[in-house]
This record gives sequence, structure tokens and C-alpha cells, in this order.
Amino acid sequence: MTARPAAWIALLARSPVGCVGAAIVLSWAALGLLAPWLAPHPPNRIDPALIAYPYPTAANWLGVDQLGRDILSRLMWGARTVLTVAPAAVLGAAALGTLLGLVAGYKGGAVDSILMRVGDTLLAFPKIILYLIVIARFGASAFNIIAVVTVTQAPIIARIVRAVTLDVKNRDYVAAARMRGEPTWFVLLAEILPNARGPLIVDFFLRLGYTVIAIGVLGFLGIGLPPPDPDWGSMIKESYGTIFVWPHMTLIPALAVSSLVIGFNFLATGLREASEDG
Amino acid sequence: MGDILAFEGVSVEHRGRRGTSRILDGVDLSIAPGEAVGLVGESGCGKSTVALAAMRYLPRGMSLSAGRVLFEGRDLAAMGEGDLRRLRGRRIAMVYQDPMSSLNPVMTIGRQLVEVPMLHGERDEARARARAVAMLREVRLPDAEATMDRYPHQLSGGQQQRVVIAMALMAEPSLLVMDEPTTGLDVTIEAAILELVRELRARFGTAILFISHNLGTVARLCDRVGVLYAGRLVETGGVREVFRAPAHPYTRGLLDALPDLDRPRGGARLAPIAGTLVAEDRARPGCAFLPRCPNGVPASCGSGAIALSEAGGPGHLARCARLAELPARVAAAVDAATQAEEGPVLLEARGVGKWYEVGGGMTGKPRRVIRALTDASLEARRGGTLAIVGESGSGKSTFARVVAGLAGEARGGLSLDGEPLYGGVDSRPRALLRRVQMVFQNPDSTLNPSHSVGYALMRPLRRLRGLGAEEARQEAARLMARVQLPAELAERRPWQLSGGQRQRVAIARALAGDPDLLVADEPVSALDVSVQAAIVNLLADLLAGSDMALVLISHDLALVRHMADRVAVMYLGRVVEYGPAAQVFAPPWHPYTEALLAAAPRPDPDAPPPEIVLSGQMPSPAEEIRGCVFASRCPRRMEGTCDTTAPPERVFGAHRIACHLEFAPPPG
Repeated sequence: MTARPAAWIALLARSPVGCVGAAIVLSWAALGLLAPWLAPHPPNRIDPALIAYPYPTAANWLGVDQLGRDILSRLMWGARTVLTVAPAAVLGAAALGTLLGLVAGYKGGAVDSILMRVGDTLLAFPKIILYLIVIARFGASAFNIIAVVTVTQAPIIARIVRAVTLDVKNRDYVAAARMRGEPTWFVLLAEILPNARGPLIVDFFLRLGYTVIAIGVLGFLGIGLPPPDPDWGSMIKESYGTIFVWPHMTLIPALAVSSLVIGFNFLATGLREASEDG
Repeated sequence: MGDILAFEGVSVEHRGRRGTSRILDGVDLSIAPGEAVGLVGESGCGKSTVALAAMRYLPRGMSLSAGRVLFEGRDLAAMGEGDLRRLRGRRIAMVYQDPMSSLNPVMTIGRQLVEVPMLHGERDEARARARAVAMLREVRLPDAEATMDRYPHQLSGGQQQRVVIAMALMAEPSLLVMDEPTTGLDVTIEAAILELVRELRARFGTAILFISHNLGTVARLCDRVGVLYAGRLVETGGVREVFRAPAHPYTRGLLDALPDLDRPRGGARLAPIAGTLVAEDRARPGCAFLPRCPNGVPASCGSGAIALSEAGGPGHLARCARLAELPARVAAAVDAATQAEEGPVLLEARGVGKWYEVGGGMTGKPRRVIRALTDASLEARRGGTLAIVGESGSGKSTFARVVAGLAGEARGGLSLDGEPLYGGVDSRPRALLRRVQMVFQNPDSTLNPSHSVGYALMRPLRRLRGLGAEEARQEAARLMARVQLPAELAERRPWQLSGGQRQRVAIARALAGDPDLLVADEPVSALDVSVQAAIVNLLADLLAGSDMALVLISHDLALVRHMADRVAVMYLGRVVEYGPAAQVFAPPWHPYTEALLAAAPRPDPDAPPPEIVLSGQMPSPAEEIRGCVFASRCPRRMEGTCDTTAPPERVFGAHRIACHLEFAPPPG
């Protein structure tokens, strides 16, 4: 297990699967980032004239949707959304989960029991129902999506961190830190947390994949990001009724979601492989 | 009749991502029927690979690159899978270090034992069972019938190892391969297992390949011995010749590095072997030991392959280019009586105890009290070493942790320089934290893998001495020099260091606050003997000329004899004997001390077998014991007294023994 980011990148380079994953994710990130300059058309421009022939043409490489909006441009702008909301949500979950896991594992006893039982209770709810309740109550917005993902994913991350903490807290170097009077926050953040870095980074990318799916599902259920801004899940939802007439309108955004999820999974697999035999 | 097992120029290579490395290099070894051959060497020398090669059971990536392994005259490499399977378990049996990895946790002992004859052609299960019970009796397990129905986890470590030995002997093999069979066990259990193996060998005539890093166990059991270094056999011969007149500098180094149980401390130093075995040494054309050898001359030792040549007696061979020119082995310098006077009392423990409560509450288990430490009264003096010996479960580490403040609040009174020592580290003021520091046992967990060596040293300097960043950096460099570490290691991470280097960093870290009291819990027990000696010398140097006191926790009596001014012997949480080292190591003894001394392995083939071999095992610390804690295992137990009444304290000056026996006061 290595420590520096540069070393992680070097490790990743040794794993073919990881490289494929990184390539997919980086391509989407580049497309999303450069969407304002690269996108051939404004994503929300409705052109009824194009609906007569919505299939791919020289002007609209991936065709247009049922309102005559350019699919490629919407995909690029959609990548922008999903690649902001998903990492923000997972980062939030990682921060909250790490904190809870560290405290639960280190303090043990009643604190541990209470935190873990609350987490278990949260995990016992079907996630999608939680999403529905929160979004229905507080409205569909990027912030609410981030908040609900943070809260529902944090317990799982807390478990990972807690497991590492339980293992590490009885190591002699933690005792040595206590013997020089280090405050608890220092022991947690500087002595214990760095040892959870490996599993956390792998989990981070896996979880990004799941969150991309979750955001897609929310969009598909019509409680994702508010229209008309492009969102892959809503693109599927808006067009699936006509899937047998104009399949490309549904399949292309669906493929986009799948490819990004696969990209994150490959990246996670690559990092795990690399860290295991490194 | 020919040899049971013969290695003829066996080389084993490991192919990995980082290229090919040679694990064994031209090993010649033979074992005659009924013979016990020992194989010694430090970690990484290839001992275990020999054991695996003897069964053609090399792990993935390793392969035989030259030579032949013959078992009863048949080449193992030429055998088919079926033949091999019949051979393993039936003709060759193996006993590993960790008995739990050889026993199936979900099967009863009986089923696992009965399986052996059933697999090898027995048809009648009742007969197989009867043999299993008989074999459990052979390995001296009490109540063999009941043991058949137990699961492995219900037995103690020593009992588990007996079961593994019974299982190995069930098929009446002609060769028993034992890889560190007693390494995880306490000395008294180890002595009992070694006695058992000696007896069984005499009864069944089984040949034994005995692999160990512990020279004492090899001396006690084996007829011949081979010394491995970097995959090459550097010396071989009768156990007497090799231990009495070691020829190869490496063998000499191994023997000289050991502290001597029969010689008291007196400022004498151990003789460590310089350096460590590094990967490049394996590929060295001449002698792999050259970079560490005190007698090495690159011109003659580093040029080409060196053959085994006769050293002294017949059959005693050593692989050294300068065998004829080696200086005679000098015995370690005779102890000058330079033992420094001990200073005033620094740490005083009065009736210190630590009880844990387990169970109860929501666990659904009954509440029980674990008495880890009871009524310990000891003192450590400035400039002196207080050693605490005992087996696992004796409470010696608990005492260390109580003193260090890592065990929380404890019972009784603990004071440092007459001032009370507060309970846990979290309630100790910084000035007090600085004064008591600790060196831990395990070099793998003593340093945080996420921090560099420099950081590990600078942090306590800043916390405990309040130094600024630049001062701390300079002081860290000074500390590293003090523990004889090269300055460039400051940038390294722990995994880039050897075990000995890590332990030096741990010592430097403990010294950072300039403590008055250093607690060292088994500081060298995880290290190879040659490295052990260097760390012991370092600790002695640090103590000499300082008024720091050392509390040394150890299970190794020879080490304690070498280092300690005062010794406390602990059993089941109680101090059973305590006094100045010279008096504790001389009679009268507490029966437990006597048993420990008898059990301690000595690297001397002519040492008499231990007169006292303790049977049974330590009771659980959750049991309430009304009489003497040692009564259940004591060879001198007086029924009706020892098991009912707590023992009185027999006092001879500074020497105290808690025992019912009437001792004659020592002469003088």
C-alpha cells in the first residue's frame, strides 16, 4: 500500500483494466468540461423541423430527440451535470462516513453501538424510497440530490473506516502517539485515517459508479435535476415511450450512463489490483 | 539401508514480477533412518523451502532448477501425482509452526485423526478410532477419550501441537518434517513438546528433519545439524562438533550472539553479526556472507564458488574459503566485575493490580472478572534494569502497560520519584508523559506505515520537548545517530526498513523526550538472533552512563540474566519471586522459577535434559484461586496446603519468594 498520489498513478498504469476505466472516465470529463466550446448546438434549442428525420446526420451526429434537440450536445452538457453532482455527493458521503467510522471505531462501546445502529436503520430502508421521500418533500435540486446521497451512502463508508479503525487503534504506533499526549483528533486523522486510504480510494470510485446510476434513476423517475437542463436519466425517461419508433433517443443516453459506470468500476478494479500486489 | 531423504545439489528458484531469485543453491543433505537432523538459520535463509522441497510441495512461482530430491532412493521429481499423494502423509508427515493452521476448526479432533488411517487403506472405523485414542495417549494428552470429541479451539496451543504431532504419527511415517514446531509456545510447553518428540523418536524410530531458528531446541533434539545462509548450506556436521567447534564465521556469529543463561551480567557485551542479509547477496558469486563476515577477504571469498571442506572432525564440513586461516574462536571476554551500582528507587509499585470485567450488559454473557495483575510490588532503580519474566498470561505485559499508562486506571500505588504516577496516559500531564516512555515488541506495528522515520521522531520531540520544526529536525538526526542509524533513513517509510532498524527507530522515539523510565516490552523477541544482540547492546550502551531506569519485559531468561539487575518472576498475574538478579538465578528458587530455568533451551548439546517438565497449563485468569496460583502445576505441591491457603512470603534480604515450602536460607 503506497501513500503518494504519484505512486497511485504509477500503480494504475500497470493495470490494463484500470487504464481502460481511466480513459473512459477522463473522456467523459473532458467532454463535459469542454461542452460550452465543443458542443455543436445549444443543448436546449428546440427545432421542430428536425423531428421529421431525427436520426444521425452530418449536422447532428447522434441525431435529435423528440423535441428536435441535439442528442450529442445534450449528452455533453449532461456529463457536466452528472460529473459534478456524483463526485460532490460521494465526497460528502466519504467525509461524513469517515468521521462517523473513525469516532465509532475509536470510541467503541455505547457511541459505537448507537452510531452503527442508526446507520443500520438507514441502510434497512430501500434507498430509492428515501430519495423519493426527500425529493418529494424538499424539491428536486442538485443540492438535495447531493444531500440525500451523502446521508444514505455515509453508513456504508462508515463501516469500512470503522473496520480499519478497529484494526489500527490497537497498533503500537497509536499507543506511542497517546504516550506523547497527542489529542484524539490527531490520533484519528494523522495516525489512523491514513491507513484507511487504500480501501477508501477504491471504494470512492466504485461508489461514484453507483451514484451515477442513482442519479440516472432519479432523472428517470422525474425527480432528478429540474428540466430543461440536460440530464441523462431524464433523457431516457422523456424518450422511452417511443423506444420502438426511435430507439436511438433512449439507447444513446442509456449507453452513456452504462459506459460511465463501467469506467468507474474498471478504475476501482484497477486500483485494487494495483494496490494488492504493489 | 540407504538414506530416508537425500538432497543432491538442490537449487530452487523463485520467478516473480521482479525477476528470478535463487532461494536454495546447491543444497546437499541426507537423513538416515531414525536420525534427527536440524536445520538452522535466520529468517530468509531458505529453511522452510527445504521442508517444502522435501515433500515436492513448493509454492507457486518456485521450482527446482537443479539437483534431485530422493526419498527412500526414489526421485520425487519423477513421481506421478498419485504416487506423491501416497507418499505425503503416509511416509512423510509435516508439523508446522501454527497448529491452528493444520487443524480444521469445524471438525472434532477425533474425526481428523480417524481420517488419517481411513485415507491410507484402513477399512474398519472402530479400529481407526482405537488407534487414534492410543496415539493421543502417546502424545501425553490427558483424557484422550474426551479429547476425541473436542474441537481444536477448545484446546490450548500446546495441546493443539500435540494433536498435530499425533496426527502426523498416525500413519507411522518414516520421516517427520517439523518446521518451527515450538516457536509460538511458552518455554515450559516447548520443553514438554521437545521431550515428547525425543521419546516418540526413540519409540517409533522416525527420522526427523527439524527446522528452527532456535539453536537451543536443535541442540536438545538433533544428532546432526545444517546451517543455512542465503540458501546455501554453510556448515554441516554432528551437533556436538558444530556447537562445540563452529567453523564457519556465520555459525560462530549465531552462537556468539546469544546471551548465556549460565553467566550473569557484568557489563559484558553480546557479539552481533554486522548488517543484514540483502537480496543482492544471494546472487553473489562467492560467499554470500562476505559483506557481514569479520574474517572476509574479498580477493579470496568473493571470486568463485566455494566448496564444502572438512573442518575438524569427519563429517564436519564448512563452506568457507579461508577455513584454514580463520583465527581460533575466542570465548567472549570474561566478565569484569564492572557492574555499576544501582541508583535510588525511581519507580515504586505497591500492590498494583489490574482487573478487567468482561461480559454482562448487552453481551448476554455472565459478568466475570479477569485478574490480569494482582498485588505486584516491585521497584526500578535509576541506572538499573528491572526485568520481569514469565510466560504468556503471566501479567508481565499488563504491568508494563499499567506503568506506561496504556491500561487505564489500576489498583494499588504507583509512584515515580516518590510522586504518584497517575493512571492512564490521557490523565497524565505532559511533564509526566515525557518521563515514562515505552518500546514495543512488534517491529511491524511499532511505526505508522503512513509516516516517515523522520516524522516519527520529530513528532515526540515537538510534543514532549516543545521544540520548533528546525530544532526538532536537528535533534531527530542526533537521536538517529545515538541509535546508530544512518541519517538518510529519515526519509524512508517503515516498510523500507529491516526489523532491527525499525526497532532502533522505536528506541529513538522513546528516547526523544529524554525519559527517566523506559519500559521495553519484549523489545527483541521478534528479531533474528544476530540483530537481537545488536539491539541488546544498544540498550545496554544507552543505559550505561545515564540515570535512566529500564523495565524489561521478556520471556527469555538468558536475555534477562544478561541485562537485569533485578528480576521479578510472574505467574498468572502474581509476582512469585523477586530480588536482585544474582539471587533470583541462584537457589533457593520458587518452583516455577526452577521449572523455567530447567526449560530454557541452551545451545549446548551436552546440557542435561530438563529435570522438571511442567505438565498441564496455566489456569484461566477468570478463575478465583484460593491457594497458590501455581499449585495446579507445581511439581512440589503439598496437597491440602498449597491449593487452599495463599502462600506466605519468604524473605531473604532483598529476595522474596511466595511459596509454602520452607527454604534453607542461601549461604553467606
